[in-house]
Amino acid sequence: MATGVAAWLPFARAAAIGWMPVANCPMPVAPRDNSKKQDELIILNVSGRRFQTWRTTLDRYPDTLLGSSEKDFFYNEETKEYFFDRDPDAFRSILNFYRTGKLHYPRHECISAYDEELTFFGIIPEIIGDCCYEEYKDRKRENLERLQDDQEENKDMKIPNMNFRETMWRAFENPHTSTMALVFYYVTGFFIAISVITNVVETVPCGSTANQKDMPCGERYTVAFFCMDTACVMIFTVEYLMRLFAAPSRYRFMRSVMSIIDVVAILPYYIGLVMTNNEDVSGAFVTLRVFRVFRIFKFSRHSQGLRILGYTLKSCASELGFLLFSLTMAIIIFATVMFYAEKGSSSSKFTSIPASFWYTIVTMTTLGYGDMVPKTIAGKIFGSICSLSGVLVIALPVPVIVSNFSRIYHQNQRADKRRAQKKARLARIRIAKSGSANAFLQSKHNGLLNELLELTGTEEEEHKLTKSISLLESQHHHLLHCLEKTTHLRTQQWDLSDLVTLTQMTANSSNNQQLKAHEFVDEQLFEQNCLETALQTFPSRSPSVSDHDSPVGGCCGRRERKNNPLPNTSLLTAHPIPTHQGPLQELSAIHIQSGDPLSHTASRSNLNLKTGDSSKINCKGGRITTAIISLPTPPALTPDGDGLHGPPQRRPPPPPGNPPPPASRPRRAQLASTLSKSRLCNSLADRSNSAGERKRRRRREEEEEEAGNTRMTDASCLLLQGQRRES
Amino acid sequence: MLTMNLEGLEMIAVLVVVVLFVKVLEQFGLLEAGYDDSVEDELELSAVRHRPEGLEQLEAQTRFSRKELQILYRGFKNECPSGVVNEETFKDIYSQFFPQGDASTYAHFLFNAFDTDHNGSVSFEDFVMGLSILLRGTVQEKLNWAFNLYDINKDGYITKEEMLDIMKAIYDMMGKCTYPVLKEETPRQHVEVFFQKMDKNKDGVVTIDEFIDCCQNDENIMRSMHLFENVL
Repeated sequence: MATGVAAWLPFARAAAIGWMPVANCPMPVAPRDNSKKQDELIILNVSGRRFQTWRTTLDRYPDTLLGSSEKDFFYNEETKEYFFDRDPDAFRSILNFYRTGKLHYPRHECISAYDEELTFFGIIPEIIGDCCYEEYKDRKRENLERLQDDQEENKDMKIPNMNFRETMWRAFENPHTSTMALVFYYVTGFFIAISVITNVVETVPCGSTANQKDMPCGERYTVAFFCMDTACVMIFTVEYLMRLFAAPSRYRFMRSVMSIIDVVAILPYYIGLVMTNNEDVSGAFVTLRVFRVFRIFKFSRHSQGLRILGYTLKSCASELGFLLFSLTMAIIIFATVMFYAEKGSSSSKFTSIPASFWYTIVTMTTLGYGDMVPKTIAGKIFGSICSLSGVLVIALPVPVIVSNFSRIYHQNQRADKRRAQKKARLARIRIAKSGSANAFLQSKHNGLLNELLELTGTEEEEHKLTKSISLLESQHHHLLHCLEKTTHLRTQQWDLSDLVTLTQMTANSSNNQQLKAHEFVDEQLFEQNCLETALQTFPSRSPSVSDHDSPVGGCCGRRERKNNPLPNTSLLTAHPIPTHQGPLQELSAIHIQSGDPLSHTASRSNLNLKTGDSSKINCKGGRITTAIISLPTPPALTPDGDGLHGPPQRRPPPPPGNPPPPASRPRRAQLASTLSKSRLCNSLADRSNSAGERKRRRRREEEEEEAGNTRMTDASCLLLQGQRRES
Repeated sequence: MLTMNLEGLEMIAVLVVVVLFVKVLEQFGLLEAGYDDSVEDELELSAVRHRPEGLEQLEAQTRFSRKELQILYRGFKNECPSGVVNEETFKDIYSQFFPQGDASTYAHFLFNAFDTDHNGSVSFEDFVMGLSILLRGTVQEKLNWAFNLYDINKDGYITKEEMLDIMKAIYDMMGKCTYPVLKEETPRQHVEVFFQKMDKNKDGVVTIDEFIDCCQNDENIMRSMHLFENVL
C-alpha cells in the first residue's frame, strides 16, 4: 500500500462500517494501537539548520532512515534533537518528500552529491516525481558517460605479459604507446598524402609534347606515376596485412569500416593489374580509378576530428533522414508546380518534372545558378516561395545535428584533457601515498619519544610534542607500529645504522639473534643500504624496541641490546655541551641555550642523549654526532639531489664504554649527517632536550618545505643542506 | 485550355500571395484574427479552494476534541491542499487500500454517503462529520449512516436492486483471485440472505426501521459496530 495514503487509513477503516450489516459472520478483532503517543514535533538538526516536522510525517515512509528507528542512532540526548552532519540544502528536498510524497530533483545540485544524499537517507531515486525524473536521468547518464571515459583511459594501462601480437595491435590502435608505433603512424600518413596528391596531380595538364596537345601528367610520365602508385599500394597492403594479423578478432576487424576503406583503397590497383588493356572493361577500369580517392578516408585514423564527424553523422542518422525526406517532399512539390507554371512559356527550360528537380534543388539550397529561370509570373511567385521554404526546411534539422556534434566533440575534448591531466593526477596520488608512509616513518622518530614522555614526562611536554601530530595520525601510526610488532618487521627509512647492523650481524653471528627487523625499506633506500656496507661501522639503531639485539659495536651496542624502551636511568648525567667546530657553533649555540635549562630536569634526562664533550666523544651515545663529524662524506651517500629517497641516516658509532643512549635517541641522533654539521649540532642540542627536538623538527619541516618537497625526510633535508654546504 | 490553366495557376499564385499578405498584417496587429478566443479561459480560476469553518464550530458539531480535529485537518489538508476532495481523488485513494480489486464502485457510493450536501465534492466538514458519526456516534447513528449508504437514491427504502449494486461493489473490491472463486450468483445470493434477514414484512424493500431493528437484534452486527472505535 502506498504509504502516502496513510493519512486516509482512519477514514477507510471507519467506512468499513458499511460492510457490517451485510456481513453474515462476526468480524475479526481489531488490532490494538498500543503506541498511543501524541503526535509530536521532531527537530532535525542538519548541520546547524533546524528542520521541524511531525513524527507522523516521517513515519509515512518506514523503510527510509528518517521513518524507521535508524534515526535513533543520530539522536542527541542533550539537545533532544536528531543531528545529521549532511548538506542542509539537499536535505530540503528530502524532507519535502516526506511532506508531499513527491521527491523532486533540484537542478542546481550535483547529481552524484544528490545520489549520495538519497542513499544516505535510504530513499530510492526511482520515486523521483515525473516532473523531475527526466532531468535526473539525463544528468545521471551524462555523469556516467564522463566516468566511463575515465575508465576507458585506465584500460590503456600496460598489461603485463602481452604477447607480440597484442603489442602490435596496441601499437596500431594507440600510436602514442611506443616510438615504433608513432613512426609507423607518420609513415602511413605520409604515404596516404602522397598517394592522394599523386592522384590529383596525375590529371593536371603537363604541357604539350611535340606530337600531341596538352596531356595530363599521368599520361606523360606514366612510369613515374605507376611506380609511385605501386609504392603506396605496397605500403598500404603491408599495413593492412599487419593489422589483420594483429587484430584480436580477425573477423570483426574485417567487418569494420576502416578495414573496408583500406581494402577499397588498394583493390583498384590490383584489379588494374589483372585487367590490362581489355577494351571492354577499360571503361570500368577508369571508374575504378575513382575509388582510389577513397584512400583519403584512411586519414580518419590519423585525425580525431574526422572520426568525430563520422560518428556524429552516424548518431544523427534520424535527423539526417528527416532532412532528406522533407527536402524530397518539397522538391517534388515545387518541381511539379514550377513545371506546370512554366509549361506555357516558350523556350522554357522546364521540359519535364524531373528537369524541374534541378531548378528546385538549386533554388532551395539558395544556390541559384541561373541556368533555369522561370519566366511567367506564376512561375516567379512560386519560385520565390520555393527558395524561402528551402531556407526553412534546411535550417530546421541542422541545429539538432550541430548540438549532437558539439556534445560529442566536447566529450572528446574532455577525454583528452583528462588524459593529459592523468599524469599529474597520478603523481599527486603517489605523493600523497608516500607522504603518509613517510609521515609514519617520521613519526616513529617521535614515536618512542612520545611513549617515553607519556610514561615519564609531564603533561605539558607531552602536549608540546604531540601537538604536531593529529590524533588520527598518531593512532594510525600506532596501528602500523602494532603491525610491525606482530610481524617482527619494521618499516624503515633509509638508515645507515641499520645497514651497519646488518653487516655487523653477519660479522658477529654469535650475537643474540632475535627476530630482527627487516623493515620495509623503501626500495632505493634498501639498495643504497646494500651499497653502503663499507662505510659505516655504526651500530644500527632502530627506533623500535625490538632492535636491541642489533649488535652494536662496543659498549653501546651491548647496552643497546639490553635496551628497553625506558632509557637507562644511569645515564642521567647531563653532559656539557660540546664545543664544536666552527660551523656548528652558531646553531649549536642556539640550541644549547634552549636546551640547557631543560637538560637538568632529572625526569627527562634519561631521554637525553649524552652530549659528550670532545674527549669522550667517541664513548657516549651522544658522541654519535662527533663521530659523524669526523667522517668524510661518503660520495655514494649523496643523493641525486632531490632527496626524495630519504637520505642516509648515519648512526653514530657506539663509543665503547659509553652508556647506550636510549633507544629513541639513536634515531634522533642519526639525523645528523656529515654534510650538515649544523644539523649535527641541532641534533645534539635537541637530544638534550625535547624542546630542542621540537625546534629541530620544525626546522626540518621548514627546510623540507623550502626544499619544495614535503615528502623529504629529515635526513634528506640534511643531505641537501650538506650538499649546499659542500658546493 | 492552356490559357485557362495558366490563368488558373496564376489565380492560385495570386491567392497565395494574398493569404501571405494577410498573415503578415495579422502579425502587425492591423487585422484581427476573427477566432473566438476564449478570453474566458484566462478568467478560469484554478482549482476550487475551500476553507473549513472555525475550529470551535467543528468542535461543537462533532465529537472530536480540538487536538483530534487538528490532526485530522492537517492530514486532510496535506493530502488535498485545495481543501476539497472530488470523486476522482476519492476513488483513487480508496483503490489504493484495495489494490487487488476494483474499489471504484464502492468508493462512488461512499462518496455519495459522505457528500451530504451533494455538491460533488467532499469538504473537510463533510469528512469530519462523517467520521464523527462513524467513530464516535451512537449505534443508532451508525446504523443510520449505513442505511444511508445502502440507500443509493436516498428515498428511504433499500430495494433489492440497490442492495445488489452495493453487494456487487463490495465483492468487486475483492478482485478476481479469491478462494473460493467468486461465482456470478454469489452477490445475488448474499442479497437474498440479507433481505431474508432484514425484510420483516416481505414487501421487497427494507425501511430504516426494519433495518435498525434487525441490526440491533443481531449480535454479530452489534459487536462489529464497536470494532472501529479506537481508530483515531
